[in-house]
Amino acid sequence: MGDMDDIVRDFLVESNENLDQLDRDLVTLEKDPTAREVLSSIFRTIHTIKGTTGFLGFPRLESVAHVGENLLSQLRDGRLVLNAEITSGLLAMVDAVRKILSNIESTGQEGEGDYTSLIETLTGLQGGDKKASAPVATAPPSDLSPAPPVTGELSREPEKADPGLPLGEILVQAGWAKSEDVNEALKLQHQGDDRRLGEILVEKGATKPAAVQDALQVQAEARAPALSDSNIRVGVSLLDKLMNLVGELVLARNQILQFSSTQRDTSFLNTSQRLNLITTELQEGVMKTRMQPIGNIWSKFPRVVRDLATSCGKQVNIEMEGRETELDKTIIESIKDPLTHLVRNAVDHGIEIPEKRRASGKSPQGHLFLRAFHEGGQVNIEISDDGAGIDLERVKQKSLEKGLVAPDQASRLSDRELLNLLFLPGFSTAEKVTNVSGRGVGLDVVKTNIEKIGGTVDIQNRVGQGTTLKIKIPLTLAIIPALIVTSSGDRYAIPQVSLLELVRLQGEQARNGIEKIHGAAVYRLRGKLLPLVNLNHELRVEETGLERPMAENNAVNIVVLQADDRHFGLIVDEINDTEEIVVKPLGKQLKGVPTFAGATIMGDGQVALILDVLGLAQLANVVSQVRDRVVGEKAAATESRHDDRESLLLLGGPDDARMAMPLSLVARLEEFTRTAVEKAGGRHVVQYRGQILPLIHLSSAVTERPQESRSSGPPAPGVADEKIQVVVYTDQGRSVGLVVDRILDIAHEAVKIQKHSGRHGTLGTMVVQGRVTELLDLKGIIQTADPSFFNEAVAA
Amino acid sequence: MAGKKQFSTFVVDRLLFGVEVEKVQEVIRYQEMTRVPLAPSVVKGLINLRGQIVTAVDLRRRLGLRERAATDLPMNVVMRHEDGAVSLLVDEIGDVLEVEEDAFELPPGTLAGEARELIRGVYKLKGTLLIALDTDKMLNLEATAARVA
Repeated sequence: MGDMDDIVRDFLVESNENLDQLDRDLVTLEKDPTAREVLSSIFRTIHTIKGTTGFLGFPRLESVAHVGENLLSQLRDGRLVLNAEITSGLLAMVDAVRKILSNIESTGQEGEGDYTSLIETLTGLQGGDKKASAPVATAPPSDLSPAPPVTGELSREPEKADPGLPLGEILVQAGWAKSEDVNEALKLQHQGDDRRLGEILVEKGATKPAAVQDALQVQAEARAPALSDSNIRVGVSLLDKLMNLVGELVLARNQILQFSSTQRDTSFLNTSQRLNLITTELQEGVMKTRMQPIGNIWSKFPRVVRDLATSCGKQVNIEMEGRETELDKTIIESIKDPLTHLVRNAVDHGIEIPEKRRASGKSPQGHLFLRAFHEGGQVNIEISDDGAGIDLERVKQKSLEKGLVAPDQASRLSDRELLNLLFLPGFSTAEKVTNVSGRGVGLDVVKTNIEKIGGTVDIQNRVGQGTTLKIKIPLTLAIIPALIVTSSGDRYAIPQVSLLELVRLQGEQARNGIEKIHGAAVYRLRGKLLPLVNLNHELRVEETGLERPMAENNAVNIVVLQADDRHFGLIVDEINDTEEIVVKPLGKQLKGVPTFAGATIMGDGQVALILDVLGLAQLANVVSQVRDRVVGEKAAATESRHDDRESLLLLGGPDDARMAMPLSLVARLEEFTRTAVEKAGGRHVVQYRGQILPLIHLSSAVTERPQESRSSGPPAPGVADEKIQVVVYTDQGRSVGLVVDRILDIAHEAVKIQKHSGRHGTLGTMVVQGRVTELLDLKGIIQTADPSFFNEAVAA
Repeated sequence: MAGKKQFSTFVVDRLLFGVEVEKVQEVIRYQEMTRVPLAPSVVKGLINLRGQIVTAVDLRRRLGLRERAATDLPMNVVMRHEDGAVSLLVDEIGDVLEVEEDAFELPPGTLAGEARELIRGVYKLKGTLLIALDTDKMLNLEATAARVA
């Protein structure tokens, strides 16, 4: 019985894959009913399923597949032309097959479904052509040996024919040609007719070109090295286990590397170096095994779109780009539903009915475009339609009706703020409640689900021209960058996705910077009040208020975090470092603790908890505020993210000049003592995270003679233990440090260069925070100081 | 054979406890722990068991016994559990004992409190009693967590 189970399981896996392909193929075929290869592929799929079910003994499934196959064979032979009715019939057949398969999968039985009406419909669709309405019974007697006992049914099964046979025999066995004809044609070939066998037969009218092609394909498949030799199926649980083991190996490696820094034994150092490289490669390799192309979930969409469009009386064409873009399996699974929802939304709400489209001068057929691509370690997915776009007036009305905003507020909302209202729970703009969408569970669920995996959603609206939804998600969840902080002597990891910035208050600022509103601590961050949450207090690890850290070490560390569009500051005792951490789940015993998302093992072997920022924010009541505040805050948050605004790092340059560079280019800000600066190859370098970081001095880079920047020393003579401020820029694993005089602030401004300053290394001047500021050309500066930097970075 | 059972034994607050030997994954000495704030009080912390994160449950707290002196370092009895391993913190590790099923008795009705739900019964040994724990109930903290919160 065990063997049998294996066969059935393989059959199920294979059939399900084939069915997904089938959905796609049928929709393609509907657009181009003459696409022969597609039709043949559909035919073969159904045929294989039918053949196997007969063998495995699933009569119900076999009968459904059988009528489907008959209908398909007529289409293929050109006796019928595909129309919407037939496509729907065939899709219904695919659904029925899928249903029976899932029954078999769960119960081992076909289930009690009654498919007679479907079978009748399908038989009816074969319609006028009497010859083929019944299973083809006219099997020609075969003269060729070895002649299998050809029954009426088998006669249309090319695969049952031994693929190793010559073409003629395949044709005869499949019932596509008479053996007399084949024999005659073979004789002609012997007599010197140099045409191919198929050609002779077709010209004689003994068979159809389509049949020859199919037969050739059967032959080709048999001859081609089987795909199964280069691919094996591996259980996901095994991959997960491997992934876990690799995670552990990475940790062990980290521990060894930490240990090796105290060792002098060269052979040990070499070995640990090798271990390091191999582990990294292994990690990448194993990560790859879990990657799946996004096409796996997209493949369902043509069908979804077709069904939905038909039921709404719309015409929608779907186009996809980048279906090979890969994502971690767990992420693929968690974005499946949100994406399906968005696609349905686009068809249901976005694209108009053909009359309306014609009236507004568009082609009656709507266009849905899906695009996926990798960018900056993230995967971007865009879903655009060319429909009517979002009617902001209606959004406004709706949100007033539902009481999501106050009337006086509504009139002040910007377009962007209005769009963000769509993401609030309980919002739905559908005119009528359809069975598709408009039930109030809408974009807010999509947004929550995407954010759960560390992603973001953004809407772009072009009124009258369509809507684009942009989703950004991380590549993997298993290994994430995190900020390590210390609180009451314990380390905690904060996922970098929730991290906005770090603020350190010292001296006077620490004493007076934190104000209290009725006991709630706040800090004025660039003029806006930031609610403060003390980690020690929230975790109840130490019953102290805000006073203690201030009194003791005279500095307050604030980690500015984002939870559900609210910003808040988390006060921690110490900020340690950022690290890539391997996320491990917590045991069942700790599932009820909302503040932790998991745990990780640090380089020294100790366990550190990973903070769940949203859970923490809820615990501290940061996110369950009155709705209108959410809207206001949300608006502020999106305003700063608005396209033409950018976060700028403000620096003090030479001659007290104010300079700025885009914060997106800054990997880290570091502080080194002047004594840490060493010289190598005529350049200033520092040892930084086990690497050598070349330094470029801003003051010499922006002077007229850039070539001196290589050799000129730290420009201002300083005390030996004085600190230097370094902005670290990283490109493809290579880093370079820019030494600046002072780091001033971070500002959010629209980058509008007003005039070119002419100074070397700058792009021009602009006004930031009401003061003239020079915008640095960071890449240009690096290029000048080290012309090979970018080339090598690419090569590395 | 049918009448015999093997128990992995350990001492907690001078009482001898035992769990079925096949449920024990391993026994290890004291490990550094990371405390979990806001967790049920019986969860003493998390330990790193060869890269696997294991929750450590303090058996004294779980059974409502006296707190262990701060200077006494507990031992870990790592149990196999449905979702990964869980460690029980005990005072001392005992031998693996083979006990006769005949020596088994249900806990006396006078046994009160939470411990009653966690104790499956008692094996009468020569000179001592071996308290058999119900491991599944012991590691299911959900009911307890609710009570603590």
